[in-house]
Amino acid sequence: MIHVENLTRYYGDLCAVNQINLDIRKGEILGLLGPNGAGKTTTLRMLTGFLRPSSGSIRVKDFSIDEDSLEIKKLLGYLPESAPLYHDMLVYDYLDYVADIRGLDRERKLSRIRRLADLCGLNEVMHQSIGELSKGFRQRVGLAHAMMDDPEILVMDEPTSGLDPNQIVEIRDIIRQIGKEKTVILSTHILSEAEATCDRIVIINQGRIVADGSTETLKQSAGGEYIINICLENADLEAAKGELHSIDGVAEVVPVDKEPGEKGDILHMRLTCRSPSDLRGEIYRKIRRTDWILLEFYQQKKTLEHVFRELTREN
Amino acid sequence: MRQVRHIFKKEFTAYFISPIAYIVISIFLLITGWFFFTPFFLYNQANLRNFFVLLPTVFSFVVPAVTMRLFSEEFNVGSYEILLTMPVTFRDVVLGKFLAAVAFLATMLLPTLAYPVFVSFLGQLDWGPVLGGYIGAILLGAAFSAVGLFASSLTRNQIVAFIIGMAVCFGLTLIDKMLFFLPHSLLGFFEYLGADFHFQNISKGVIDSRDVLYFMSVCFVGIYGARLAMEQRS
Repeated sequence: MIHVENLTRYYGDLCAVNQINLDIRKGEILGLLGPNGAGKTTTLRMLTGFLRPSSGSIRVKDFSIDEDSLEIKKLLGYLPESAPLYHDMLVYDYLDYVADIRGLDRERKLSRIRRLADLCGLNEVMHQSIGELSKGFRQRVGLAHAMMDDPEILVMDEPTSGLDPNQIVEIRDIIRQIGKEKTVILSTHILSEAEATCDRIVIINQGRIVADGSTETLKQSAGGEYIINICLENADLEAAKGELHSIDGVAEVVPVDKEPGEKGDILHMRLTCRSPSDLRGEIYRKIRRTDWILLEFYQQKKTLEHVFRELTREN
Repeated sequence: MRQVRHIFKKEFTAYFISPIAYIVISIFLLITGWFFFTPFFLYNQANLRNFFVLLPTVFSFVVPAVTMRLFSEEFNVGSYEILLTMPVTFRDVVLGKFLAAVAFLATMLLPTLAYPVFVSFLGQLDWGPVLGGYIGAILLGAAFSAVGLFASSLTRNQIVAFIIGMAVCFGLTLIDKMLFFLPHSLLGFFEYLGADFHFQNISKGVIDSRDVLYFMSVCFVGIYGARLAMEQRS
């Protein structure tokens, strides 16, 4: 559906996007992740034809952005960050204007506006001016704007930034609903959001793609490393350290501070394991042979946050 | 052309949604009315010369005030991004905005038609110069709108856009009055650059193709400049 090759963009001397290659399939919900200033917005702006790439190419279906940007714009709906709309206009007038520009005929225009007002919950604010709306409603107007011509591709830059938790859930539901039939590309720096809505995640750092895959693959690919927490009673620190270290694959055993108000002979430890297989069975068998009492034993789930931090940490 | 029409419609109505239109029109009518009618009964002549003599100077201030928001506001709010990611070309946007400004100026001139009607009751009014004057006013307004549009496309700050536009328009109005500072060989050239010079020719009732061509050229340069400024931003 979308084919991006060696996409690069400079602002003066600053390289905001550096040699990005990306293939986006039809019907995918793609999340573009990255710290602030990583080049997410610049990438989206180039995809939507707002900015010209310094070099590289973008193809949407059979159209190239250099020659047929008008055709590409017809296929795309775009919601820029924080929905910058005309503040003086009434919501209805604005949607009417967008429908005109998008070339909808009279009948289709009315039915689309009605449908989008229902979908985005705009019925009650249809005759208010956009400047008077709360941020959440403005975002929804922006969403309705983006979906006016029922575009095949929907591009959204931080669609939930600045919204309250209820609104976030609502917008997410809308996105997921659209994503069933359309190709959706959204950028965010909220990881839980990407995890909740996206089929595929691309992490960008300093203008380069550092990871690309589904949430699960990303979690696994970040090195076969995981952490196990253990809490023992009646155990000696040195002895326990020695015993656990002897297991093949346990790379590190570190004592962790006790929780406040806990009695003296409880030992908390964190085991860093570097092994493709699950070591929990072996650890348990090891402990069973001693007279220690096992109080807690759990594997820390690797979250997307870990992966993100590892990949985007500045050296 | 369809897109030009939609952008024109939106920009033109935008003037009347905000208070800008009403303020600008009131100020314009107040100034021109005052300066036209104060000496009118002293001269005791049934013509509109005083109105048209003053028009380039008044337009130098009023037109940039009308055009300053066209691009600057979009840059500032960020709606420019939304506008350009819809299926429109640079040309559609520039022409739509330009035509909206010209149409607004025409609307602003509409109430002043009361002057010639009023004067025609007082004496024998020659309608030729009046018609020429209004055609000239539209051409002058269009040329200044193009200049103002270009100024607006340079900055996200409306006040800066206003000042740049006003400086250029005022310069074009005054240039042929400062010819005595210049060497003889350049006189013809600088006189040709003067907007006031061409406007006064037309407002005498003589529509010369050289004057029309001058205003068209200024329009073209302004519009093309705005288009280049848009390209620069992408």
